[in-house]
Amino acid sequence: MTIRSVLVANRGEIAVRIIRAAKALGIRTVQVYSAADADMLAVKLADEAIEIGPPAPKKSYLDIAAVISVAKRANVDAVHPGYGFLSENGDFADAVVAAGLIFIGPSGDAIRLLGDKVAARAVAEKAGVPTVPGSDGRISSLAGALEVTERTGFPVMIKAAAGGGGRGIRIVNTAAELETQFPQASAEALASFGDGGLYLEKVITRARHVEVQILGDGNNVVHCFERECSLQRRRQKVWEEAPSFLLPPEVRQKLCDSAVALARSVGYRGAGTVEYLYDDETRQFYFIEVNTRIQVEHPVTEMITGIDLVEEMFRIAAGASLSVRQADIAVKGHAIECRINAEDPARGFMPAPGRIERLEVPEGKGIRFDTMLYEGYVIPPFYDSLLGKLIVWGEDRAACLVRLSQALAQLKIEGVPTTIPLHRALAADRQIATGAFHTRFLETWLETEFAADGGRAAEVA
Amino acid sequence: MSKHEIRSPLPGTFYRSSAPDVPPFKTDGDAVSSSDAIGLIEVMKTFQEIQAGVAGGGIRFLVDNEEPVMAGQVIAEVDQ
Repeated sequence: MTIRSVLVANRGEIAVRIIRAAKALGIRTVQVYSAADADMLAVKLADEAIEIGPPAPKKSYLDIAAVISVAKRANVDAVHPGYGFLSENGDFADAVVAAGLIFIGPSGDAIRLLGDKVAARAVAEKAGVPTVPGSDGRISSLAGALEVTERTGFPVMIKAAAGGGGRGIRIVNTAAELETQFPQASAEALASFGDGGLYLEKVITRARHVEVQILGDGNNVVHCFERECSLQRRRQKVWEEAPSFLLPPEVRQKLCDSAVALARSVGYRGAGTVEYLYDDETRQFYFIEVNTRIQVEHPVTEMITGIDLVEEMFRIAAGASLSVRQADIAVKGHAIECRINAEDPARGFMPAPGRIERLEVPEGKGIRFDTMLYEGYVIPPFYDSLLGKLIVWGEDRAACLVRLSQALAQLKIEGVPTTIPLHRALAADRQIATGAFHTRFLETWLETEFAADGGRAAEVA
Repeated sequence: MSKHEIRSPLPGTFYRSSAPDVPPFKTDGDAVSSSDAIGLIEVMKTFQEIQAGVAGGGIRFLVDNEEPVMAGQVIAEVDQ
Protein backbone atom coordinates (compact mmCIF):
# COMPACT_ATOMS: atom_id res chain seq x y z
CA MET A 1 0.00 0.00 0.00
CA THR A 2 1.14 3.48 -0.77
CA ILE A 3 -0.38 6.69 0.49
CA ARG A 4 -0.05 9.32 -2.23
CA SER A 5 -2.85 11.58 -1.01
CA VAL A 6 -4.68 12.21 2.24
CA LEU A 7 -7.91 13.85 3.35
CA VAL A 8 -7.39 15.89 6.51
CA ALA A 9 -10.67 15.36 8.40
CA ASN A 10 -10.07 17.98 11.06
CA ARG A 11 -9.41 21.71 11.50
CA GLY A 12 -7.29 24.17 13.48
CA GLU A 13 -3.69 23.63 14.47
CA ILE A 14 -3.75 19.82 14.14
CA ALA A 15 -4.86 20.07 10.51
CA VAL A 16 -1.85 22.33 9.88
CA ARG A 17 0.38 19.81 11.68
CA ILE A 18 -0.92 16.89 9.58
CA ILE A 19 -0.41 18.84 6.34
CA ARG A 20 3.18 19.61 7.38
CA ALA A 21 3.90 15.90 7.96
CA ALA A 22 2.19 14.90 4.69
CA LYS A 23 4.20 17.45 2.71
CA ALA A 24 7.44 16.15 4.25
CA LEU A 25 6.50 12.70 2.96
CA GLY A 26 5.50 13.99 -0.50
CA ILE A 27 1.81 13.22 0.06
CA ARG A 28 -0.87 15.36 -1.63
CA THR A 29 -3.22 16.99 0.91
CA VAL A 30 -6.95 17.63 0.68
CA GLN A 31 -8.41 19.68 3.52
CA VAL A 32 -12.08 19.61 4.53
CA TYR A 33 -13.65 22.75 5.98
CA SER A 34 -16.98 24.00 7.28
CA ALA A 35 -18.64 27.16 5.99
CA ALA A 36 -17.13 29.01 8.99
CA ASP A 37 -13.59 27.82 8.22
CA ALA A 38 -13.02 28.89 4.59
CA ASP A 39 -10.22 31.23 5.71
CA MET A 40 -8.40 28.85 8.03
CA LEU A 41 -4.66 28.31 7.68
CA ALA A 42 -4.95 24.60 6.79
CA VAL A 43 -7.18 25.51 3.81
CA LYS A 44 -4.46 27.87 2.55
CA LEU A 45 -1.68 25.30 3.03
CA ALA A 46 -3.41 22.24 1.57
CA ASP A 47 -3.12 21.32 -2.11
CA GLU A 48 -6.91 21.26 -2.32
CA ALA A 49 -9.77 22.19 0.01
CA ILE A 50 -13.41 21.07 -0.03
CA GLU A 51 -16.33 22.48 1.97
CA ILE A 52 -18.26 19.80 3.85
CA GLY A 53 -21.14 21.64 5.51
CA PRO A 54 -22.41 24.38 7.83
CA PRO A 55 -20.49 25.67 10.89
CA ALA A 56 -22.09 23.32 13.47
CA PRO A 57 -19.63 20.41 14.00
CA LYS A 58 -22.35 17.77 13.81
CA LYS A 59 -23.31 19.04 10.34
CA SER A 60 -19.69 19.18 9.13
CA TYR A 61 -16.64 17.72 10.92
CA LEU A 62 -18.77 15.12 12.78
CA ASP A 63 -20.86 14.13 9.76
CA ILE A 64 -19.46 10.72 8.76
CA ALA A 65 -21.41 10.54 5.50
CA ALA A 66 -20.29 14.02 4.44
CA VAL A 67 -16.61 13.30 5.16
CA ILE A 68 -16.69 9.94 3.35
CA SER A 69 -18.43 11.45 0.34
CA VAL A 70 -15.79 14.22 0.11
CA ALA A 71 -12.98 11.66 0.49
CA LYS A 72 -14.35 9.69 -2.47
CA ARG A 73 -14.86 12.83 -4.54
CA ALA A 74 -11.31 13.99 -3.81
CA ASN A 75 -10.02 10.56 -4.83
CA VAL A 76 -7.61 10.32 -1.87
CA ASP A 77 -5.85 7.17 -0.66
CA ALA A 78 -6.22 7.83 3.07
CA VAL A 79 -8.00 9.83 5.77
CA HIS A 80 -6.28 11.37 8.82
CA PRO A 81 -8.77 12.13 11.62
CA GLY A 82 -6.51 14.27 13.88
CA TYR A 83 -7.78 14.50 17.48
CA GLY A 84 -11.31 15.15 18.73
CA PHE A 85 -14.19 15.11 16.19
CA LEU A 86 -14.30 11.61 14.55
CA SER A 87 -10.81 10.49 15.62
CA GLU A 88 -12.06 7.97 18.18
CA ASN A 89 -15.21 6.91 16.38
CA GLY A 90 -14.88 3.23 15.45
CA ASP A 91 -17.78 3.48 13.00
CA PHE A 92 -15.98 6.26 11.14
CA ALA A 93 -12.81 4.14 10.89
CA ASP A 94 -14.94 1.28 9.52
CA ALA A 95 -16.68 3.60 7.04
CA VAL A 96 -13.31 4.85 5.72
CA VAL A 97 -12.14 1.26 5.18
CA ALA A 98 -15.48 0.25 3.65
CA ALA A 99 -15.03 3.09 1.13
CA GLY A 100 -11.78 1.42 0.05
CA LEU A 101 -9.55 3.98 1.80
CA ILE A 102 -6.88 3.78 4.50
CA PHE A 103 -7.80 5.07 7.95
CA ILE A 104 -4.74 6.58 9.62
CA GLY A 105 -5.26 5.06 13.04
CA PRO A 106 -6.20 1.72 14.59
CA SER A 107 -9.03 -0.52 13.36
CA GLY A 108 -12.63 0.29 14.24
CA ASP A 109 -12.66 -2.76 16.53
CA ALA A 110 -9.57 -1.57 18.43
CA ILE A 111 -11.05 1.93 18.80
CA ARG A 112 -14.31 0.51 20.17
CA LEU A 113 -12.55 -1.91 22.52
CA LEU A 114 -10.14 0.65 24.00
CA GLY A 115 -12.68 3.49 23.84
CA ASP A 116 -15.07 1.65 26.14
CA LYS A 117 -13.62 2.51 29.55
CA VAL A 118 -14.83 -0.69 31.19
CA ALA A 119 -13.56 -2.95 28.40
CA ALA A 120 -10.22 -1.07 28.33
CA ARG A 121 -9.84 -1.56 32.06
CA ALA A 122 -10.36 -5.30 31.59
CA VAL A 123 -7.73 -5.31 28.82
CA ALA A 124 -5.31 -3.50 31.14
CA GLU A 125 -5.89 -5.93 34.01
CA LYS A 126 -5.40 -8.90 31.69
CA ALA A 127 -2.09 -7.39 30.47
CA GLY A 128 -0.95 -7.03 34.10
CA VAL A 129 -1.33 -3.25 34.21
CA PRO A 130 -2.40 -1.91 37.63
CA THR A 131 -5.84 -0.23 37.60
CA VAL A 132 -7.46 2.19 40.05
CA PRO A 133 -9.40 0.29 42.76
CA GLY A 134 -13.07 0.35 41.79
CA SER A 135 -15.97 -1.61 40.39
CA ASP A 136 -15.33 -4.81 38.50
CA GLY A 137 -16.79 -3.57 35.23
CA ARG A 138 -20.12 -1.81 34.84
CA ILE A 139 -22.44 -1.47 37.79
CA SER A 140 -26.11 -1.48 37.03
CA SER A 141 -27.58 -0.69 40.45
CA LEU A 142 -27.12 1.70 43.33
CA ALA A 143 -26.88 -1.28 45.70
CA GLY A 144 -23.97 -2.62 43.65
CA ALA A 145 -22.31 0.80 43.74
CA LEU A 146 -22.66 1.04 47.53
CA GLU A 147 -21.13 -2.42 47.87
CA VAL A 148 -18.07 -1.31 45.87
CA THR A 149 -17.51 1.67 48.18
CA GLU A 150 -17.34 -0.68 51.18
CA ARG A 151 -14.11 -1.92 49.60
CA THR A 152 -12.69 1.33 48.17
CA GLY A 153 -13.90 3.91 50.69
CA PHE A 154 -14.71 7.52 49.73
CA PRO A 155 -14.26 9.73 47.80
CA VAL A 156 -15.10 7.81 44.63
CA MET A 157 -15.67 8.92 41.04
CA ILE A 158 -18.78 7.90 39.15
CA LYS A 159 -17.67 7.62 35.54
CA ALA A 160 -19.60 7.09 32.33
CA ALA A 161 -18.42 3.95 30.52
CA ALA A 162 -18.71 5.80 27.20
CA GLY A 163 -17.21 9.06 28.51
CA GLY A 164 -13.70 10.43 28.07
CA GLY A 165 -11.70 13.62 27.83
CA GLY A 166 -12.73 14.47 31.38
CA ARG A 167 -16.45 14.40 30.56
CA GLY A 168 -19.07 12.32 32.37
CA ILE A 169 -17.31 12.28 35.74
CA ARG A 170 -18.78 13.03 39.20
CA ILE A 171 -16.98 12.86 42.54
CA VAL A 172 -18.97 11.80 45.62
CA ASN A 173 -17.75 11.94 49.23
CA THR A 174 -20.46 10.04 51.13
CA ALA A 175 -22.95 7.20 50.66
CA ALA A 176 -25.76 9.77 50.77
CA GLU A 177 -24.20 11.71 47.88
CA LEU A 178 -23.76 8.48 45.95
CA GLU A 179 -27.47 7.72 46.41
CA THR A 180 -28.55 11.03 44.86
CA GLN A 181 -25.86 11.30 42.19
CA PHE A 182 -25.86 7.74 40.83
CA PRO A 183 -29.25 7.91 39.05
CA GLN A 184 -28.50 11.44 37.77
CA ALA A 185 -25.13 10.32 36.39
CA SER A 186 -26.78 7.40 34.60
CA ALA A 187 -29.42 9.65 32.99
CA GLU A 188 -26.75 12.18 32.01
CA ALA A 189 -24.50 9.50 30.49
CA LEU A 190 -27.43 8.18 28.47
CA ALA A 191 -28.24 11.68 27.19
CA SER A 192 -24.62 12.66 26.48
CA PHE A 193 -23.14 9.45 25.13
CA GLY A 194 -26.18 7.32 24.23
CA ASP A 195 -25.02 4.79 26.83
CA GLY A 196 -26.08 5.01 30.48
CA GLY A 197 -23.41 2.55 31.66
CA LEU A 198 -21.45 3.61 34.75
CA TYR A 199 -18.48 2.40 36.76
CA LEU A 200 -16.82 3.51 39.98
CA GLU A 201 -13.20 4.41 40.70
CA LYS A 202 -11.54 5.44 43.93
CA VAL A 203 -10.25 9.02 43.87
CA ILE A 204 -6.47 9.04 44.13
CA THR A 205 -5.81 12.35 45.86
CA ARG A 206 -2.64 14.30 45.03
CA ALA A 207 -1.93 12.18 41.97
CA ARG A 208 0.02 13.17 38.90
CA HIS A 209 -1.32 12.60 35.41
CA VAL A 210 1.38 10.70 33.55
CA GLU A 211 0.90 9.17 30.10
CA VAL A 212 2.99 6.96 27.84
CA GLN A 213 3.26 7.49 24.07
CA ILE A 214 3.19 4.24 22.15
CA LEU A 215 3.62 3.29 18.50
CA GLY A 216 2.55 -0.08 17.14
CA ASP A 217 2.64 -1.60 13.64
CA GLY A 218 0.45 -4.60 14.42
CA ASN A 219 3.43 -6.79 15.30
CA ASN A 220 5.84 -4.65 17.25
CA VAL A 221 5.10 -2.01 19.85
CA VAL A 222 7.52 0.59 21.18
CA HIS A 223 7.10 3.39 23.71
CA CYS A 224 8.44 6.93 23.30
CA PHE A 225 8.58 7.50 27.05
CA GLU A 226 6.13 9.50 29.11
CA ARG A 227 4.56 12.92 29.39
CA GLU A 228 3.58 14.73 32.56
CA CYS A 229 0.20 16.49 32.19
CA SER A 230 -0.82 17.28 35.78
CA LEU A 231 -1.47 20.99 35.24
CA GLN A 232 -5.16 20.95 34.38
CA ARG A 233 -8.14 23.26 34.72
CA ARG A 234 -11.59 21.68 34.73
CA ARG A 235 -9.92 18.42 33.67
CA GLN A 236 -8.48 20.06 30.57
CA LYS A 237 -4.72 20.01 30.20
CA VAL A 238 -3.09 23.44 30.21
CA TRP A 239 0.68 22.74 30.28
CA GLU A 240 2.47 19.47 29.47
CA GLU A 241 6.03 18.24 29.86
CA ALA A 242 8.25 15.38 28.79
CA PRO A 243 9.68 13.52 30.52
CA SER A 244 7.96 13.41 33.94
CA PHE A 245 11.22 14.48 35.54
CA LEU A 246 10.58 13.44 39.16
CA LEU A 247 9.66 9.87 38.21
CA PRO A 248 12.21 7.39 39.68
CA PRO A 249 13.98 5.54 36.80
CA GLU A 250 12.72 2.10 37.92
CA VAL A 251 9.13 3.38 38.02
CA ARG A 252 9.55 4.93 34.55
CA GLN A 253 10.74 1.59 33.21
CA LYS A 254 7.78 -0.30 34.70
CA LEU A 255 5.30 2.33 33.57
CA CYS A 256 6.51 2.37 29.97
CA ASP A 257 6.77 -1.43 29.85
CA SER A 258 3.18 -1.75 31.08
CA ALA A 259 1.92 0.51 28.26
CA VAL A 260 3.78 -1.61 25.72
CA ALA A 261 2.36 -4.81 27.24
CA LEU A 262 -1.18 -3.43 27.02
CA ALA A 263 -0.78 -2.31 23.40
CA ARG A 264 0.90 -5.58 22.41
CA SER A 265 -1.93 -7.61 23.97
CA VAL A 266 -4.37 -6.13 21.41
CA GLY A 267 -1.95 -6.03 18.44
CA TYR A 268 -2.13 -2.23 18.42
CA ARG A 269 -1.54 -0.44 15.13
CA GLY A 270 -0.87 3.30 15.05
CA ALA A 271 0.04 6.00 17.55
CA GLY A 272 -1.66 5.86 20.92
CA THR A 273 -1.41 7.06 24.48
CA VAL A 274 -1.89 5.08 27.68
CA GLU A 275 -2.89 7.41 30.52
CA TYR A 276 -2.12 6.79 34.19
CA LEU A 277 -2.44 8.38 37.60
CA TYR A 278 0.80 8.32 39.58
CA ASP A 279 0.96 8.62 43.35
CA ASP A 280 4.29 10.20 44.41
CA GLU A 281 4.01 8.93 47.97
CA THR A 282 3.33 5.27 47.31
CA ARG A 283 5.15 5.24 43.93
CA GLN A 284 2.17 3.38 42.49
CA PHE A 285 0.75 4.03 39.05
CA TYR A 286 -2.77 3.19 37.94
CA PHE A 287 -4.15 2.82 34.41
CA ILE A 288 -6.93 5.30 33.50
CA GLU A 289 -7.58 5.04 29.76
CA VAL A 290 -6.16 4.65 26.26
CA ASN A 291 -6.44 7.34 23.60
CA THR A 292 -6.35 5.75 20.15
CA ARG A 293 -5.21 8.84 18.25
CA ILE A 294 -2.57 11.56 18.13
CA GLN A 295 -2.72 13.78 21.25
CA VAL A 296 -2.67 17.58 21.43
CA GLU A 297 0.53 17.39 23.50
CA HIS A 298 2.43 15.01 21.18
CA PRO A 299 5.11 17.65 20.31
CA VAL A 300 6.83 17.42 23.72
CA THR A 301 7.54 13.75 22.98
CA GLU A 302 8.84 14.65 19.52
CA MET A 303 11.16 17.27 21.04
CA ILE A 304 12.84 14.83 23.48
CA THR A 305 12.98 11.74 21.22
CA GLY A 306 13.46 13.28 17.75
CA ILE A 307 10.70 11.04 16.39
CA ASP A 308 8.05 12.65 14.13
CA LEU A 309 4.93 10.90 15.45
CA VAL A 310 2.60 12.11 12.69
CA GLU A 311 4.96 11.00 9.93
CA GLU A 312 5.23 7.65 11.74
CA MET A 313 1.41 7.37 11.71
CA PHE A 314 1.42 7.77 7.92
CA ARG A 315 4.10 5.08 7.51
CA ILE A 316 2.32 2.60 9.78
CA ALA A 317 -1.01 3.19 8.00
CA ALA A 318 0.71 2.51 4.67
CA GLY A 319 1.67 -0.93 5.99
CA ALA A 320 5.31 -0.27 6.88
CA SER A 321 6.97 -1.71 9.98
CA LEU A 322 8.02 0.68 12.72
CA SER A 323 11.02 2.74 11.59
CA VAL A 324 12.51 2.67 15.09
CA ARG A 325 13.44 -0.07 17.53
CA GLN A 326 13.03 0.41 21.27
CA ALA A 327 16.81 0.41 21.74
CA ASP A 328 17.07 3.40 19.37
CA ILE A 329 14.67 5.57 21.36
CA ALA A 330 16.25 7.70 24.07
CA VAL A 331 15.26 10.79 26.02
CA LYS A 332 17.36 13.85 25.30
CA GLY A 333 16.75 16.94 27.42
CA HIS A 334 13.37 18.28 28.54
CA ALA A 335 10.38 19.83 26.74
CA ILE A 336 7.37 21.88 27.89
CA GLU A 337 4.23 22.76 25.95
CA CYS A 338 1.93 25.68 26.78
CA ARG A 339 -1.56 25.61 25.32
CA ILE A 340 -2.38 29.10 24.07
CA ASN A 341 -6.17 29.49 24.14
CA ALA A 342 -8.42 32.40 23.14
CA GLU A 343 -9.59 32.78 26.73
CA ASP A 344 -9.24 35.64 29.19
CA PRO A 345 -7.49 34.40 32.35
CA ALA A 346 -8.38 37.66 34.13
CA ARG A 347 -12.10 37.05 33.50
CA GLY A 348 -12.61 33.45 34.55
CA PHE A 349 -11.17 32.09 31.29
CA MET A 350 -14.08 33.47 29.28
CA PRO A 351 -13.56 32.39 25.67
CA ALA A 352 -13.18 35.21 23.15
CA PRO A 353 -13.35 34.71 19.41
CA GLY A 354 -12.24 37.62 17.23
CA ARG A 355 -9.70 38.99 14.75
CA ILE A 356 -5.93 38.54 15.14
CA GLU A 357 -4.51 42.06 14.69
CA ARG A 358 -0.88 41.21 15.33
CA LEU A 359 1.13 38.00 15.63
CA GLU A 360 4.79 37.75 16.59
CA VAL A 361 6.20 34.26 16.97
CA PRO A 362 9.45 33.50 18.83
CA GLU A 363 12.06 31.63 16.85
CA GLY A 364 15.35 29.95 17.66
CA LYS A 365 16.94 26.77 18.87
CA GLY A 366 14.55 24.53 20.81
CA ILE A 367 11.47 26.67 20.12
CA ARG A 368 8.44 25.49 18.15
CA PHE A 369 5.00 27.10 17.74
CA ASP A 370 2.27 24.87 16.30
CA THR A 371 -0.59 27.18 15.39
CA MET A 372 -3.65 27.91 13.26
CA LEU A 373 -3.08 31.68 13.40
CA TYR A 374 -2.00 34.36 10.95
CA GLU A 375 -2.42 38.14 11.08
CA GLY A 376 -5.92 39.14 9.99
CA TYR A 377 -7.43 35.72 10.73
CA VAL A 378 -10.88 35.83 12.34
CA ILE A 379 -11.28 33.04 14.92
CA PRO A 380 -14.77 31.56 14.58
CA PRO A 381 -16.87 30.96 17.74
CA PHE A 382 -18.05 27.46 16.80
CA TYR A 383 -15.08 25.35 17.86
CA ASP A 384 -12.67 25.03 20.79
CA SER A 385 -10.46 27.90 21.91
CA LEU A 386 -7.03 26.36 21.20
CA LEU A 387 -5.04 28.81 19.05
CA GLY A 388 -1.66 27.19 19.22
CA LYS A 389 0.95 25.45 21.31
CA LEU A 390 4.29 26.91 22.29
CA ILE A 391 6.75 24.05 22.72
CA VAL A 392 10.22 24.68 24.13
CA TRP A 393 13.15 22.31 24.55
CA GLY A 394 16.19 22.62 26.83
CA GLU A 395 19.21 20.49 27.84
CA ASP A 396 17.49 19.96 31.20
CA ARG A 397 14.30 21.18 32.85
CA ALA A 398 15.87 24.30 34.39
CA ALA A 399 17.28 25.37 31.01
CA CYS A 400 13.92 24.59 29.41
CA LEU A 401 12.09 26.88 31.88
CA VAL A 402 14.53 29.74 31.22
CA ARG A 403 14.07 29.40 27.46
CA LEU A 404 10.30 29.09 27.92
CA SER A 405 10.13 32.41 29.81
CA GLN A 406 12.12 34.09 27.03
CA ALA A 407 9.92 32.58 24.32
CA LEU A 408 6.71 33.56 26.15
CA ALA A 409 8.01 37.14 26.42
CA GLN A 410 8.51 37.19 22.65
CA LEU A 411 5.17 35.61 21.76
CA LYS A 412 2.72 38.41 20.92
CA ILE A 413 -0.89 37.81 19.96
CA GLU A 414 -3.08 40.91 19.73
CA GLY A 415 -6.78 41.20 18.95
CA VAL A 416 -8.15 38.63 21.37
CA PRO A 417 -7.28 37.86 25.01
CA THR A 418 -5.14 34.73 25.38
CA THR A 419 -3.77 32.49 28.10
CA ILE A 420 -0.21 33.80 27.53
CA PRO A 421 -0.26 35.75 30.88
CA LEU A 422 -1.16 32.53 32.72
CA HIS A 423 1.80 30.70 31.17
CA ARG A 424 4.19 33.58 31.94
CA ALA A 425 3.13 33.37 35.59
CA LEU A 426 3.47 29.58 35.66
CA ALA A 427 6.92 29.69 34.03
CA ALA A 428 8.07 32.11 36.78
CA ASP A 429 6.49 30.18 39.68
CA ARG A 430 8.72 28.56 42.31
CA GLN A 431 6.46 25.54 42.88
CA ILE A 432 6.39 24.87 39.15
CA ALA A 433 10.19 25.09 39.12
CA THR A 434 10.46 22.38 41.77
CA GLY A 435 7.86 20.24 40.03
CA ALA A 436 5.81 19.95 43.21
CA PHE A 437 2.40 19.74 41.59
CA HIS A 438 -0.47 17.31 41.05
CA THR A 439 -3.76 17.24 39.14
CA ARG A 440 -5.54 19.55 41.61
CA PHE A 441 -2.65 22.01 41.91
CA LEU A 442 -3.56 24.46 39.16
CA GLU A 443 -7.14 25.24 40.22
CA THR A 444 -5.98 26.12 43.75
CA TRP A 445 -2.99 28.06 42.42
CA LEU A 446 -5.29 30.06 40.12
CA GLU A 447 -7.33 31.18 43.15
CA THR A 448 -4.51 31.85 45.59
CA GLU A 449 -1.53 32.93 43.46
CA PHE A 450 -2.86 34.06 40.10
CA ALA A 451 -6.23 35.68 40.89
CA ALA A 452 -4.54 37.89 43.49
CA ASP A 453 -2.94 39.96 40.74
CA GLY A 454 -4.55 38.58 37.57
CA GLY A 455 -1.11 37.55 36.34
CA ARG A 456 0.11 41.15 36.32
CA ALA A 457 3.30 40.37 38.25
CA ALA A 458 4.43 38.12 35.43
CA GLU A 459 3.39 40.72 32.82
CA VAL A 460 5.62 43.36 34.39
CA ALA A 461 8.53 40.99 34.89
CA MET B 1 -46.60 50.03 22.17
CA SER B 2 -43.00 49.79 21.02
CA LYS B 3 -40.76 46.95 20.01
CA HIS B 4 -37.67 46.08 22.00
CA GLU B 5 -34.90 44.12 20.30
CA ILE B 6 -32.95 41.48 22.24
CA ARG B 7 -29.46 41.21 20.77
CA SER B 8 -26.78 38.56 21.17
CA PRO B 9 -23.83 39.97 23.13
CA LEU B 10 -21.50 37.38 21.57
CA PRO B 11 -20.95 35.50 18.33
CA GLY B 12 -21.78 31.80 18.53
CA THR B 13 -24.57 29.28 18.19
CA PHE B 14 -28.03 30.08 19.55
CA TYR B 15 -30.07 27.50 21.46
CA ARG B 16 -33.71 27.96 22.45
CA SER B 17 -33.67 25.36 25.22
CA SER B 18 -31.24 24.30 27.95
CA ALA B 19 -30.87 20.77 26.54
CA PRO B 20 -31.92 18.97 23.36
CA ASP B 21 -34.79 17.06 25.01
CA VAL B 22 -36.40 19.82 27.07
CA PRO B 23 -38.97 22.44 25.96
CA PRO B 24 -37.71 25.87 24.82
CA PHE B 25 -37.25 28.62 27.42
CA LYS B 26 -39.91 30.69 25.63
CA THR B 27 -42.21 30.22 22.67
CA ASP B 28 -43.46 32.92 20.29
CA GLY B 29 -46.15 35.02 21.95
CA ASP B 30 -44.97 34.44 25.53
CA ALA B 31 -44.65 37.28 27.99
CA VAL B 32 -41.17 37.76 29.51
CA SER B 33 -39.73 39.43 32.58
CA SER B 34 -36.32 41.07 32.56
CA SER B 35 -34.45 38.21 34.24
CA ASP B 36 -36.10 35.43 32.20
CA ALA B 37 -33.72 33.24 30.22
CA ILE B 38 -34.70 33.23 26.54
CA GLY B 39 -31.84 31.12 25.20
CA LEU B 40 -28.19 30.07 25.35
CA ILE B 41 -25.26 31.14 23.22
CA GLU B 42 -22.52 28.56 22.74
CA VAL B 43 -19.15 30.25 22.31
CA MET B 44 -16.12 27.99 21.88
CA LYS B 45 -17.79 25.09 23.70
CA THR B 46 -18.95 27.20 26.67
CA PHE B 47 -22.56 28.23 27.22
CA GLN B 48 -23.81 31.70 28.20
CA GLU B 49 -27.40 32.30 29.21
CA ILE B 50 -29.21 35.11 27.38
CA GLN B 51 -31.78 36.98 29.45
CA ALA B 52 -34.63 39.06 28.07
CA GLY B 53 -33.25 42.20 29.72
CA VAL B 54 -36.69 43.84 29.56
CA ALA B 55 -40.20 42.97 30.66
CA GLY B 56 -42.78 42.74 27.90
CA GLY B 57 -45.25 40.63 25.98
CA GLY B 58 -45.45 38.72 22.74
CA ILE B 59 -41.84 37.64 22.28
CA ARG B 60 -40.98 36.76 18.67
CA PHE B 61 -37.82 34.82 17.85
CA LEU B 62 -35.92 35.87 14.73
CA VAL B 63 -33.25 33.16 15.01
CA ASP B 64 -33.95 29.43 14.91
CA ASN B 65 -32.62 26.88 17.37
CA GLU B 66 -28.98 25.89 16.70
CA GLU B 67 -28.48 28.76 14.23
CA PRO B 68 -25.17 30.67 14.13
CA VAL B 69 -25.45 34.30 15.31
CA MET B 70 -23.13 37.28 15.16
CA ALA B 71 -22.40 39.65 18.05
CA GLY B 72 -25.10 42.34 18.05
CA GLN B 73 -27.50 40.33 15.92
CA VAL B 74 -31.18 40.62 16.95
CA ILE B 75 -32.31 37.30 18.41
CA ALA B 76 -35.87 38.23 19.36
CA GLU B 77 -38.30 41.14 19.69
CA VAL B 78 -40.58 41.96 22.62
CA ASP B 79 -43.59 44.30 22.71
CA GLN B 80 -43.38 46.95 25.42
